Amino acid sequence: MDKLINQFEFGLFFWQVIIFVGLILLLKKFAWKPILDAVNEREQGIKDALLSAENARKEMENLQADNQRILNEARAERDAMLKEAREMKEKMIADSKNEAQAQGQKMIVQAKAAIESEKNAAMAELKSQVSTLSLSIAEKLLKEELSNKESQTKLVEKMLGDVKLN
Amino acid sequence: MVISNKPLRFILVALVACLPVMAFANSEKDAAHTQTEVAHEGASEGHHAAEPTDVKSKIKAFIGHHVLDSHDFTLTQDDETGKYYGFPLPVIIWDNGLQIFSSSKFNHGHAIAESNGNYYVINHHDGKIYKTDAEGTITEDEKTGHPTNVRPLDFSITKTVISIFTAALLMFWLFSSLAKSYAKNGGIASGIGRIFEPLVVYIRDEVAIPNIGEKHYKKYMSYLLTIFFFILFLNIFGLTPLGINATGNLTITFSLAILTFLITNLTANKNYWGHIFWMPGVPKPMRIILAPIELLGVFIKPFSLMIRLYANIFAGHIVLMSIIGLMFIFKSWIGSSLSFGLSFVLSILEILVAFLQAYIFTMLSALYFGSAVEEHHHEEEGHH
Repeated sequence: MDKLINQFEFGLFFWQVIIFVGLILLLKKFAWKPILDAVNEREQGIKDALLSAENARKEMENLQADNQRILNEARAERDAMLKEAREMKEKMIADSKNEAQAQGQKMIVQAKAAIESEKNAAMAELKSQVSTLSLSIAEKLLKEELSNKESQTKLVEKMLGDVKLN
Repeated sequence: MVISNKPLRFILVALVACLPVMAFANSEKDAAHTQTEVAHEGASEGHHAAEPTDVKSKIKAFIGHHVLDSHDFTLTQDDETGKYYGFPLPVIIWDNGLQIFSSSKFNHGHAIAESNGNYYVINHHDGKIYKTDAEGTITEDEKTGHPTNVRPLDFSITKTVISIFTAALLMFWLFSSLAKSYAKNGGIASGIGRIFEPLVVYIRDEVAIPNIGEKHYKKYMSYLLTIFFFILFLNIFGLTPLGINATGNLTITFSLAILTFLITNLTANKNYWGHIFWMPGVPKPMRIILAPIELLGVFIKPFSLMIRLYANIFAGHIVLMSIIGLMFIFKSWIGSSLSFGLSFVLSILEILVAFLQAYIFTMLSALYFGSAVEEHHHEEEGHH
């Protein structure tokens, strides 16, 4: 211990402290601060670059997913539209078919009604004609037969027979 | 996960940290052997022989001088011609006014230096400057053998001061060029400084943030980074053949530890002092017993920092140099090449220790800072 204490040299201690503290201060200003700043900056730069690359990758993935989704949506929409169009076409055909049928039916009914009314009119006409005719016949006959009683009767019978047949 | 991971890593680190100490303990036996032999052989020459003559005591003296600070920068020396290869360093002494002269005046401890009518001499044993008279008289304490002469305040630019100054310049150049290269090169490091960028990031991510916390770590980063690289560079300097031993010098580790101590206690919050003087969650009588223990811990923590770094590097240098010295003692093909291999392996281990001790010092400093700024949640702690 005595030997150790004897080794202590104040002059050397003085120089060492001056040189060492001076070295710390000088290096702090001219070396450590710029070095650590540069290293930190570089590390931050690398970190940022990695982060932005990762972000870009994610964005790309999102974009691709979006594209896929949009494509799928478009495909589905197209399918839906096609299906709708087909359905519409079928419906239209069916509708027009039904309408045509209904129209035809209606026309047939109308025609039947017209025929019926025409027939009735014709019948009425015929009846009035027949009555007029029979009246005129009767008049003629009466005129004629009134002169000949026998032939008159015969004629009436004959005519009546004809009428009945009709 | 962080909590369970930390102690495991710490134990591992502590184990590896102990390795050189174990190596030291083992080889100390050999060193002790050598020492006793030297003592036997050198008994006739007397204890205070200024110039050791045989190889073993020469090596011992060389190692002894290497681990101490020195007033000149000697790279190598030629014993036969007495020539030293290196350069002298300025001596600055405060002794009734500033005395500045070159250390070449001491002629490597062989001469008495004179400055403005004052005489100084370098003591051979501790390498320190003592005041003396024109004849160079040194009076020694009978018991300890230490000189009792007056020691003037020594502000000399010694070898260690040159080393730390060089390390500081190198660090400043490296890291300011690294800082500039970011601006020039668009946020990417270039040049030689980029080698150290992973270490800077490691200190931030593995030392500062886990120990101090995301919220407070920024204000300690400058200190932690500076102390890590300062210790690391000086440790590596110590492994070069220049013969520098800065982090194995108690004064240096003391100044580093005291800075950690000051920063810890000056930036500490209320919780930290609360835990020291009035420990929450324990019975009141226990709090009174715990307070002095905790207060002692405040001083023991930086003290252990100081001793750990000093002892590791000091021991490493002694072991490595002893094994290198063995080469010259064996002077045989087998023995010398064996100790060469051993010193090679040890050198590699010392490189590991250089990094490890810098890491441990930094990590423990961060741990102490973390405890100083930690915000405790007693309600949660009760559930653990």
